[in-house]
Amino acid sequence: MKKTLVGAAVASLIAASGAFADDIMPAVVYDLGGKFDQSFNQAAYTGAERFLEETGIEYRDFEIQNDAQREQALRRFAQQGHNPIIAIGFSHGAAVDKVAAEFPDTDFAIVDMVVEQPNVRSIVFKEQEGSYLAGVAAAMASESQAVGFVGGMDIPLIRKFECGFLGGARSVNPDIEFIGNMTGTDGSAWNNPTRGDELARSQFARGVDVVYHAAGGTGVGVLQAAADEGLLGIGVDSNQNGMHPGSILTSMLKRVDNAVFDSFTDAMNGEFSYGFDVNGLAEEGVGLALDENNEELMTGEILAAVDLARQQIVSGEVSVHDYTADGACPY
Amino acid sequence: MGDFIPDLSTVVALTDGTLRGATPLLLACLAGLYSERSGVFDIGLEGKILIAAFAGAAVGITTGSAVVAVAAAIGASTLFALIHGLACITFRGNQIVSGVAINFLALGLAAVAGNAIFHMGGRTPQLPASARLNGGDSWFTPMLEGMGRYGEAVNEIAFDQSVFVYIAFAAVPFTWWVLYRTRFGMRLRAVGENPAAVDTAGISVTALRFKAVMCAGVLCGLSGATLSMALNSGYINNMSAGRGFIALAALIFAKWRPVQAMFACLLFAFLSASESRLQGTEVLGFEIPVQLVQAMPYLLVVILLAGFIGQARAPKAGGVPYVKER
Repeated sequence: MKKTLVGAAVASLIAASGAFADDIMPAVVYDLGGKFDQSFNQAAYTGAERFLEETGIEYRDFEIQNDAQREQALRRFAQQGHNPIIAIGFSHGAAVDKVAAEFPDTDFAIVDMVVEQPNVRSIVFKEQEGSYLAGVAAAMASESQAVGFVGGMDIPLIRKFECGFLGGARSVNPDIEFIGNMTGTDGSAWNNPTRGDELARSQFARGVDVVYHAAGGTGVGVLQAAADEGLLGIGVDSNQNGMHPGSILTSMLKRVDNAVFDSFTDAMNGEFSYGFDVNGLAEEGVGLALDENNEELMTGEILAAVDLARQQIVSGEVSVHDYTADGACPY
Repeated sequence: MGDFIPDLSTVVALTDGTLRGATPLLLACLAGLYSERSGVFDIGLEGKILIAAFAGAAVGITTGSAVVAVAAAIGASTLFALIHGLACITFRGNQIVSGVAINFLALGLAAVAGNAIFHMGGRTPQLPASARLNGGDSWFTPMLEGMGRYGEAVNEIAFDQSVFVYIAFAAVPFTWWVLYRTRFGMRLRAVGENPAAVDTAGISVTALRFKAVMCAGVLCGLSGATLSMALNSGYINNMSAGRGFIALAALIFAKWRPVQAMFACLLFAFLSASESRLQGTEVLGFEIPVQLVQAMPYLLVVILLAGFIGQARAPKAGGVPYVKER
């Protein structure tokens, strides 16, 4: 952290001298769960690290420990002259709304939430589309024709994952069995792997053989249960295929890393834009992870089905329902 | 999902889940029992579970040996128990404050040490298979499985559990025996009710309470190891998710008695295991909301405590540091 501090100080000196007017002082504020959650926040961290590697521009970051720190962290970064400031996670919504109004000359970005301020870029993903592909893959891979979903906190965003996944699975087999569980209704639902393990096992006991999670740290337990039982899990947000090679069918990637990288790069080039930034399959903002860990699991048949579904969605032939639009899932 | 008559596989899965879930609770609950029966309140169960879970995971990953890892978990938790003992028994500090401090210290220390060693933001990598204790087949498994579905069910429930499950349930009669049939147990109960009388009889209150607190440390160590080495594979920040406090609730529920504590923990674990099955099912055309299902254990505790269990009386000298003479 000291290194980053010094780096930031040096960067600000250089910026002040006017030698490199393009140099920026970016900052990231992660959500609860921390930057090494092997999932959502880590994707943001990966993007920021890639930016550091490619441009050499240092950034500051902060891992909040409780809700009260959201606003503090954002305001402190803004006061210190950091620009742009990216908040990771929908829970930062209210804080960004407030702080962005206080610092109209600072550029803000928020992931997974829409904040209507003139200096905020709202980066949202079409998780339903990526989850739809995961559902197609799960239904193709399931021998028992029963698939499951374990969500973290019971919020519309996570229902969106669930609904897209169900839509994909039902597109392969309209009668496929589906069991969906939510871990809890408060923040601890993101960090309860024992409960995730238990939920996954209760689904396995009812015939499920492929389980998809969107549950942060809780999902670690879900994937562990699948590996222990010799069944299949599907990871989320970051590429989790390597956690249990051979037991993770694929991971639904949400390219938060690209979103962070692009926001930093745009700011560096003076092209930072505001308003909506929607990332779906067409924009390659979501997708499935393929690597050496799951190439044997993703057979040609599955790949072909996934590819077909992708083309249908990109061309608009199939439109995946967005749960957050009406709070209902038609599948 | 309209079937309310459970079939065999449902019963097996539910029993299995209940036993698994009850294990860390029960170990922590018995830990609290030893400590509180001696007159030392222990809010710090949660913290001891956490530090033990972390130590077990960290040492398991580094050494690859389950035995060494469990020893480390017990060691770390006992060390924290001794800190609590030092603060409350030797220096006569406030037991609640010390317990809260233990919780914060464990949460922070595990995250900092974990980040320093593994650079994964406080979590640890996964345990190697050699350092996991999550049960498995034994020599008579094929025999039981050869006996059809009931044989398989018996195997699944009774013989396919992690070693911690057996330790936890064996600890219940053992604790009962220690408490009610040994000299140490009698003194332990006495020192929680009337330490002055114990002191008058020429027995050291301080030594007795330290022994009790260390028993709590060992049991919390096993509870933490269950979480990170059996139910999961590795440590995740705050992974105990309030189990230490639920264990405390179970202890009060059981009025500080071992056998009743076991039933209380089983009840909580059963509610939690059935919760995942109730989620999303429909009753009379209404989908049961997640929130209601999750509030069930707590609602039940309130109802049972208010209406059926009667007054829960804590050990009389609990929370009061013993002062020998003015």
